Amino acid sequence: MAQNRARPLSPHLTIWKWGANMAASIIHRVTGTGMATVGVLVLTWWLVAAATGQESYDYFLGWAKHPLGQLVLIGLSWAFFQHLGSGLRHFVLDVGAGYELNTNRFWARATFVFGVVMTAALWGYLLFVKG
Amino acid sequence: MGTGTGLGRVRGLGSAKHGGAHWVLHRMTAVGNLLLLPWLLISLVRLPTYDYTTVTTWLAQPMAAVPMMLLVISVFWHFRIGLQVVIEDYVHEEGTKFASLTALTFYTLGTGAFALFAIAKIALTGTPN
Ligand code: HEM
Ligand code: HEM
Repeated sequence: MAQNRARPLSPHLTIWKWGANMAASIIHRVTGTGMATVGVLVLTWWLVAAATGQESYDYFLGWAKHPLGQLVLIGLSWAFFQHLGSGLRHFVLDVGAGYELNTNRFWARATFVFGVVMTAALWGYLLFVKG
Repeated sequence: MGTGTGLGRVRGLGSAKHGGAHWVLHRMTAVGNLLLLPWLLISLVRLPTYDYTTVTTWLAQPMAAVPMMLLVISVFWHFRIGLQVVIEDYVHEEGTKFASLTALTFYTLGTGAFALFAIAKIALTGTPN
């Protein structure tokens, strides 16, 4: 395959400034990649441990209940809600809607609020209501 | 590069060289994830505890095992396409790109096979007690 090294390919990170919309875009990629690596390994470990037997499942559970494990699980659930929010935003952008600056910024910000609120609600319930 | 129509000249460019079908599949699996992951989350939240017996008894039911298998297929397919996009954006050297995409495929099929086998084993060999 011919390759023209001079042709710019993303990412092109020399001229930029922070904004809600670009942050939402980058976080979508970071959360997707995080879930695809850490999340998938945890999910597979959980399933294989449950299929192997009591002992290996209890070993998994020990880690899942450990403060460090809880931190990983909280992080993964945040990644999930954040990615879900920005994924829904993607569907709207994909049909060509929502590009007006204010609308775009509003929904980008909304994904962050959604991600944090849903994560707090889930863990508030799991840790303090369900116990 | 050809001298034909505008479309003919741009086809095969971009970091992926092609990818319309991938783009659509990525959205389809995203919708699958959107249905199946909230299902898993709600099911897990509704379980009374997370010990071995409770979890395997739950997962052994057809109404849990089958959606769980669909979830693995949808999520793993989705992230396989997603990570390919990420790799194509950052790895521009053809040899390294090929190696990265091969590693990604092995990773996806390897973890996916373990996950599906685990669900099948729990569902088909019944609950421990
Ligand atoms: C790690 C961080 C970043 C990642 C992963 C990333 C990724 C991407 C990707 C995948 C595209 C699409 C490229 C394509 O269509 O082939 C893109 C386009 C773009 N990115 Fe980034 N980007 C990052 C940071 C930034 C920053 C900091 C800015 C500046 C605010 C920026 C501005 C843009 C712009 C303006 C486009 C559209 C370019 C065009 O019209 O072709 N990106 N980025
Ligand atoms: C709530 C369910 C989900 C929805 C609605 C969703 C939606 C999307 C959409 C629309 C894209 C395309 C973004 C683009 O073209 O730039 C995407 C990318 C991606 N998703 Fe998901 N997704 C979901 C769950 C997941 C899960 C569970 C994982 C990982 C295990 C994941 C991993 C990825 C990756 C790695 C990408 C590529 C990111 C990039 O190119 O920047 N997604 N997702």
